[in-house]
This record gives sequence, structure tokens and C-alpha cells, in this order.
Amino acid sequence: MNYEVIVVGGGHAGIEASHIAASKGHTTLLITGNIKNIGDMPCNPSIGGTAKGIIVREIDALGGLMGRVADKSHFQIKMLNQSKGPAVRSLRAQADKITYPKNMLKELQNTENLTIKEAMVEDLMEKDNRVIGVILEDGSKIYAQKVILTTGTYLKANILIGSTIEEGGPHGEKRSNHLSDNLKKYGFHIQRLKTGTPVRIKASSIDFSKMHEELGDDTYWTFSCDNPPTYDLKKQQKCYLIYTNSKTHKIILDNLQKSAMYSGLVTGIGPRYCPSIEDKLVRFKDKERHQLFLEPESLYYDDWYLQGFSTSMPKEIQEQMVHSLEGLENAEITKYAYAIEYDAIDPLQVKPSLESKVLANLYTAGQINGTSGYEEAAGQGLIAGINASLSLEKKEPLILKRNEAYIGVLIDDLVTKGTQEPYRMLTSRAEYRLILRHDNADLRLREIAHQCQTITETQYQNYQNRLKEIAKGNEFLKETKLKMNDNVKKQFEDSKKLIPTKTQTLYELLKRPEITMDFLSKMIDIPFSKDTQEELEIMIKYEGYISKTNKEVEKMKKLEEKKIPVDIDYQKVKNLASEARQKLEKVRPISLGQATRISGVNPSDISILSIYLKKEYPYEAE
Amino acid sequence: MERTIASISTNHLGAHAINIVRISGPEAIEIVSKIFSNSSFKKAASHTIHYGYIKENNQIIDEVLVLLMRAPKTYTKEDMVEIDCHGGYVVTNKILELLLTNGASLAEPGEFTKKAFLNGRINLMEAESVSDFLEAQTESQSKMALNGLTGKTTELISSLREKMVSLLSNIEVNIDYPEYTDELQITKENITPVLTEINDTLKKIIVESQNGQLIKNGIKIALVGKTNVGKSSLLNALLEEEKAIVTDRKGTTRDVIEGSIAYQGIVFHFFDTAGIRESTDLVEQIGIEKSKKLMSEADITVIVLNQSEPLEKEDLEILSTVKEGIIFLNKADLEKRIENIPSNFPIIKGSMKDKTGLEELKAKIIEIFGLKDLAELDLTYLSNARQIALAKEAQESIEHVLKENEKNIPVDILAIDIKSAWENLGKMIGEFYEDELVENIFSRFCLGK
Repeated sequence: MNYEVIVVGGGHAGIEASHIAASKGHTTLLITGNIKNIGDMPCNPSIGGTAKGIIVREIDALGGLMGRVADKSHFQIKMLNQSKGPAVRSLRAQADKITYPKNMLKELQNTENLTIKEAMVEDLMEKDNRVIGVILEDGSKIYAQKVILTTGTYLKANILIGSTIEEGGPHGEKRSNHLSDNLKKYGFHIQRLKTGTPVRIKASSIDFSKMHEELGDDTYWTFSCDNPPTYDLKKQQKCYLIYTNSKTHKIILDNLQKSAMYSGLVTGIGPRYCPSIEDKLVRFKDKERHQLFLEPESLYYDDWYLQGFSTSMPKEIQEQMVHSLEGLENAEITKYAYAIEYDAIDPLQVKPSLESKVLANLYTAGQINGTSGYEEAAGQGLIAGINASLSLEKKEPLILKRNEAYIGVLIDDLVTKGTQEPYRMLTSRAEYRLILRHDNADLRLREIAHQCQTITETQYQNYQNRLKEIAKGNEFLKETKLKMNDNVKKQFEDSKKLIPTKTQTLYELLKRPEITMDFLSKMIDIPFSKDTQEELEIMIKYEGYISKTNKEVEKMKKLEEKKIPVDIDYQKVKNLASEARQKLEKVRPISLGQATRISGVNPSDISILSIYLKKEYPYEAE
Repeated sequence: MERTIASISTNHLGAHAINIVRISGPEAIEIVSKIFSNSSFKKAASHTIHYGYIKENNQIIDEVLVLLMRAPKTYTKEDMVEIDCHGGYVVTNKILELLLTNGASLAEPGEFTKKAFLNGRINLMEAESVSDFLEAQTESQSKMALNGLTGKTTELISSLREKMVSLLSNIEVNIDYPEYTDELQITKENITPVLTEINDTLKKIIVESQNGQLIKNGIKIALVGKTNVGKSSLLNALLEEEKAIVTDRKGTTRDVIEGSIAYQGIVFHFFDTAGIRESTDLVEQIGIEKSKKLMSEADITVIVLNQSEPLEKEDLEILSTVKEGIIFLNKADLEKRIENIPSNFPIIKGSMKDKTGLEELKAKIIEIFGLKDLAELDLTYLSNARQIALAKEAQESIEHVLKENEKNIPVDILAIDIKSAWENLGKMIGEFYEDELVENIFSRFCLGK
């Protein structure tokens, strides 16, 4: 058997990787341990969230699946951070754990050139430091020009509950026993990471009357910029907010030694942004209560997810802990919380294209690279799939810059700084977040997607139409004046806004912080879509800040454009500090810009390096 | 577009007859023409020298020679201008400050050389020039500046940054974990007090630093007054009484310091206006012009009046041109005939015959600059123009945030300028790590699924 691309793993990274490679016309094989678990959501029942929602939009803009499948598979959606400003708004949907994987599988089955196979991969085939295929558990071999590893948490996975350790991945799935050892054999550095998931509770055993409701938005939203919404606003499901109390805290503190995390059983490094409840209590002793959220997992079964209550306590303690919570006194636990440990590689051994530095033609994406989260995985999977394809097509890889996409920030952080804990995207990791907004994901990325041939002609046309609408809208705002009649004056007075002393254009009015498009539309017909209105309002209102950000970007770009040749020998660069030399050897940055972000490489090292480049590679460093 | 940068090229802490302020970048010529009196400069041919004044709001700051060098035949391969000005620290810094307020950015240490390198200017040099570059890179210079900071200052700046980080990470947590509403929510109301405090502290640091500069470089005092008011006898008395540490630099026409003394640990540089005693009208005119120029260079002006005579037109003219000054009523041993002095400046009486008023005058100067008790004075000041400029940039950003906050601008936008202030203070004390912020979020807040 022979394929152009093999993708190992059917999680969120594997889905995007295999879909994009196949839809770009390459014969692709997706190998997964269990077809039924393709697109599974083993942890929280949501897609999106702060920063992550923007990643989903970026995936959509680049031709990926996550956004448009989430649009068809959720029962609640809201825009987060509406009040905190334009740069940080982000969508989060409560996705149905049955519908989402089902819709995803349908998409994959309808993708041409894509074959799905149920099997476990235990080794790679390699020739002259290039990967040439994979070896399955039963010893059979499958050849491919490119292999993409998206193995998630399955490498040597252990599930820990209290003092028990079970070998296996989430959902009682089989783990991969040998792949990580074999990777070590080829020269990969393997690290042990840990994550966890909270209890699931049977809906009928919950007393919701004591809890605070969390509702979806009352306006329509979609992740995808191609399709209109298909859900019913009124049929959105509720989530609930509850709190821990002193009783809960006493139970946890009294039994701390029984937690796998504290008994020394867990060796992997867990993420600080996703601590277990015992961690929270130990680290924040003064806090009297902690927020918890109850979220339904699906409309088709009865489990509710208790967000904020991740733990590795023994089952009997978990029972006590849950029953101490208000409204959960009689709760029936359908699935106990657990911690999971798994092997990951050191992302410093990965290139910005997500191709491995250890073996050519091998790509890695998702949790194997040390990240956490469905969206982070999907974003990398998409890029790995695109770059494996571009390489088959003998084209340059797609490397998104930090000013172009959160996906760019994510990958650059991983391959430049490495990670000691599962990496989660945060808006604060992006230095140019004002220009990396949810509303302009298509404007940032559709042209790039078109050049990489990862979107359809229709999708490109949608983008062209939007550009036209924005240009027209902008013209309209600049040309249209708001005439001061009695009604207009009354509107200003009623909302306690300063009445303009002279007739102004809508464009000029929007510059004022307190005047919104919504407000203007009360007095004048704004003849373009809500999306375009939001886009233009941000562009006009924050013009000064946006241009400030763009100036910073220009400064960075100059350095990004100074490429470092792949064959550079850092031993020959005289006067480098020894720590800088070591770090540069390890990371092997592709540009001076990337080199500046490596910790331990100082500005003086950068200048030494740049002089060396000028001297030794006068043409390449231009 | 490339940024336009400026800095003082000479080692301005030392005493020079001339200092050089350099500016490079696409807007260099435009920026200089905004503050330079010579109107033909802007259109002039490359590699030419121009005479004129540096002005701020029509006030002469200095008489200068300006060297115009158009791209590409310059050190940086960009448009470059060099301003040769007088050796005073105050004047040189003032010129740099004017360039910055008119659109130039303060050059990072070694940035001219960096530009030269990046634009391929240094590329042609042989291997040995590499070491030249490293020297010119002034890594050592920036280190010197860093070491120049007292531990106390570093501590103070660090504590300000700590406050900013605390605010920023709280903002970031609100943004990244919007559902966790039991964390402190940053609002318009709780931003203002924190930033106001930071703003006030920064302002104080800037003022103190400028005082620090005075301690380090001395106070420049111009003595002005019409003929026969006893100006030179006052100067002589001042110089005689204390041991003069520098005297007589008359030979240089550009530098008119007449003498310096040390008083309570502070160096006083006295200027006098030579030529004002001459009687022909034309020369008198030049004298007045010269006085004005001197006063612009000085930190403070002492206006000497003869209290035994009524005010004359020239006295009034002098009084009206001085911005910050002390009035010295000379000849106090004679009968008082002076009345209605139209000024709010402090007045000291004295007589050179009895040698009175000298102590009072010196004490007043010390008092005006807030240097009264040197021993008790908090010597937390920034030691060079780069640091002061960074502090000013940071302070301006914070002030901007305070203004924008009043207009209900959302927090994610406000965070941009708070972060920029935090970065600038970080650059000042050599601690600027982007990662610091993310680290802080996790150590401070309790979040997660």
C-alpha cells in the first residue's frame, strides 16, 4: 500500500491534517484506533473560548473544518468579552459530544482522496533520516511520502484515579505502547505531560433550582464566514454556575495525601491554567470559594460536565466532594474525574513548518507537540496538513507570522521557546492582538489560503464580496452626513451624548468613543451587514491604536525577513555567549526575528549573529 | 517605514566646548527644519553646513551649526543631520528633547550602527571592523548607564513595574477567563487610582532626575543686568569668597562661563554677559541678544538691579524676558529708590561693599532647585538622557491611559499603553521579558476547568 500522506490519529489535529491534504488532491490515509472516536471531545464540551474562538475562525478562513462543523453541532453559543474591547472578543459554543463527532465523520467520509483505517501505529519506517511510512501493531507496513503524527494523549498514556493507575487513553481506549520509545530511538526527546478532567454527573440527579443560570447570546453567531447560522436562538440550552464551600474544602484538605497528584504518583507536568481543585485549594488558601460550571455534554445522553472540578482523588472521596456542593447533594456520578499522563516530544525539535528536525517528511501536530486544547490541536493539524501537501507540490511551506494569526503565535512559541507544560493559547501571548481579531480572520487569511489552494472558489468569492462591501461601507460612512434635526437631537439627548455643534459625517462621529454603529442606526439607515458594521466600527474607532500596532509589526518584520541559512554552523560565529550558542544550536531559528525571541539569546548576540550573516551570506541575508 | 532616531553622539557627561546631536531616518530633515531657524536648510544640497538657531516656540535655545547629509552617502545610508551645539548638558539635552517631541524616536544604544549595518553600509568593511562595530554598538555604554542607576532607583522602578504587572495581569485574567467573575474585575473606576499613583511617582522621578542632573553637572546661573548695577562686582565677590574651581574660559566666544564655585556640594556655574557695558547702541543691542541667549541656556537667571535708582526701561525689558529667576537688589548700603518691581521672583538684597546678600543668594538658588538638604535628599534619579526619556515616554503613556479611561475606552485597548509604559521602564533597568506577564497571570490567579 502506498499513500502520499498518512495521518496517525483521528483527533482534532488529525482531522484537519487529513482533510486538508486530501482536499488538496493528495491520496491520504487517516489511521485511528477507533473510527467511532474520530473528533471525540474527551474533556470539556465546548469549542472556542477566549483566543481559542479566534483560532477556530482562523481555521475556517484557511479552509479547515472545525468552525463549520461546530456551527452545526452546538446547543449554545456566545460572544465572550463583549465589554472588554474589540481585540479580545471571541466565540464559545457548547458543542454536542454526540453530534459534533458524527458531523465530523460525515465530512471526512465525503472528502475525496481520503481513506480511513482502524489500526494502531507502533513504529515508523525510515531511510536516510527520512520517514517513508508506518508499521502497524500487527507488523504490516504502509508506505507514504509524508507522515503526520497527531497522537494526542495516547502515547504510553496512564489514567490515574486516587492510588490506581490504569494503562490506557481517554474513554478506555487502547494506548500506544511502543511509538514513543521508537521515536526516542530516532533521536526525539520525550517529555511526560499531564492533564485532567472533572466528574460527569447524571442530569436527573441534579437540583438546578439552587443554581445560577448561564445563557447563550440572543443574537446569532457563526464561526464560519461562509455559511449562515442553522440553529434556533430560542432552543439554546442553559449552563449553570455553582460554588465550592467550606465543607468541600475540608474534605479535600483532609484527604490531600490520597490524591494521585499529591501522593507522588503523577510524574508528568500539569498545566497551571488547568489546575485540579486540590491544586487550587493548596495554592490559594485564602479563597473561601471557587466557581464551578455545570454544562450539558449532549442532547442525546444524560451526562453533565462539572467544569473547575478536575481532580485525581479516589472515587469515594470524589463522591463526598461532589455531594458537598449545593444542588448536588444527591448527585449520581456517571464518570469519575481522572488525571492522564502521556508522552510528548520536545517542540524545539520541530520546525516552524511543523516538519520534524529529526526525521524529514515527518510532521507532528497537537498534544504530541506539547499543547493542550481542541482548537490548538486543530490549528496545528491544519498547518501540518497544508505543509505536507505544499512540500509534495514542491512549494514553500506556509509559516504564519505572529502578526497574521494566533496559529502563527502558537507555533512560533512552541518551536522557539519550547514548553514545559501543556501549552494553552491565551490572548496575552499575542503581542499584536488588536489586529488578530475574530472579526478579521478572513481578511487576514483568505488571500493566503487562496494562494495555498486550501479553499474553494466559492469561499474565495465570499471573501472578495466582503472586501467589496467593506470598501463600499467605508465610502458610505465618509460621504454620509448626519443631519441635525429634532429627532436626531433627541436621540443624543436621551442617551446623554454631546450633541455635535456642526454637521458631521458618520465617519467623523464614529471616531468618538461613545458613538457606536448601533446608536447611529437608530437615526439613519446603515445599508450593510452587521459583520461589516463591526469591522468598520473597529477600524475607524481604533485607527490610532491599530496604526501604532502596525508600526510595531513593521519593526518586527524587518528582522523576520533576515533569514538564517539552514546550514549555518554556530561554532564558527565568534564572540557568541556560550548559552546563546547552545540555544541557537538547539532551536536553529529560521530568521533573526525568531532568534530574538529565544530566551537566553541577548541583543548583543543577535548583533554578532547578524554581522556574521552579512559577511558569510551576503546574498541570503539581504 | 523606518523609524527616525536621534541621540547625543558625544559623551555628554564630560565637559566639551561642542556637543553633537545626531538624527537619522526618513524624517530627519523634516524634523530638524521644524526647530531650526535657517529656512534654506531644508532644500539645501547634501553635505552642506548651515548656521542658525535652534528654537522652541520662537525662543532661542542655542546657536548652532547644522550638517545636512542626504541619503545614501551617510553613515546609516539614510538622511542624516548633525547638530553641533554648545557643550552644556542642559542645552544638548534640550535639543534632543525637541527632536523627540517633533517626531524622532530616541535611539537605542548602538542603533545608528545597527542601521548602518542593516542598510549594508558596514558590509564592505573587513574582518577587523567587526570589532569596531561591537565597540560602537555601545553595549558597554548601555551597561554603564545601567550601573549608573542606584539600587534604590532600580527598586523604585521595579516596584512601579510590579504595580503595572499586577494591573495588567488582572486585566488579562479578566479577558482570558471571562467566566470567572469572582476574580477582581478591572473597571474604569479601579484603574484610575492605581495609574494616578504610578503617574505621580513617575513625574516625581523625572523632576528628581533633572535635579540629579543638576547635582551631577552643576547649576548654570546667568547674571544679567544693565551697566553699572554692580554685576561684575557681584560675580567677583561670589568667586572670591569661595574657592573658584574653574575660571576664565573667556577665550572661547561660544562659551561664556565666567567661573564656577562649589557650594554645599553643588557646583554653580556663573555666566556673565560680556559686552553689555559698552555704550554704543549697536553693541548694546548685541548685548541684549546675548543675554537672552545666555538665559535660555541657563538653569536660572539672577537679575541684578541697583536699588538706589528707580527702574529704567532696560531693567523692565530684562525682567520681562526672564522666565525663571531671582532678583538681586544690589547696593543695599545706599538709600533705596527702587519701587514697584513688576515681578514675582524672589528678591535678595545685598551690598558688595559690605559683602552682604551673597549667602542668601546662594541659599535661595539651592532652595529653588529643591536641593536644600543634600544629605537627606533622596538620590533616586536617573542618570542619563536615555533613561529620563524612557521615563518620560512611560509617564506620557500612563497619562494617556488615564485620559482615555475617562472616555470609557475598553480595557483591552488601555492595556496597549500600560504595556508600553511597562516595557519602557523595563528597558530602563535592563529587565524586559515578554514572558513575565504570562508567568504572572498563573502565579496570581486561580482559574481553570
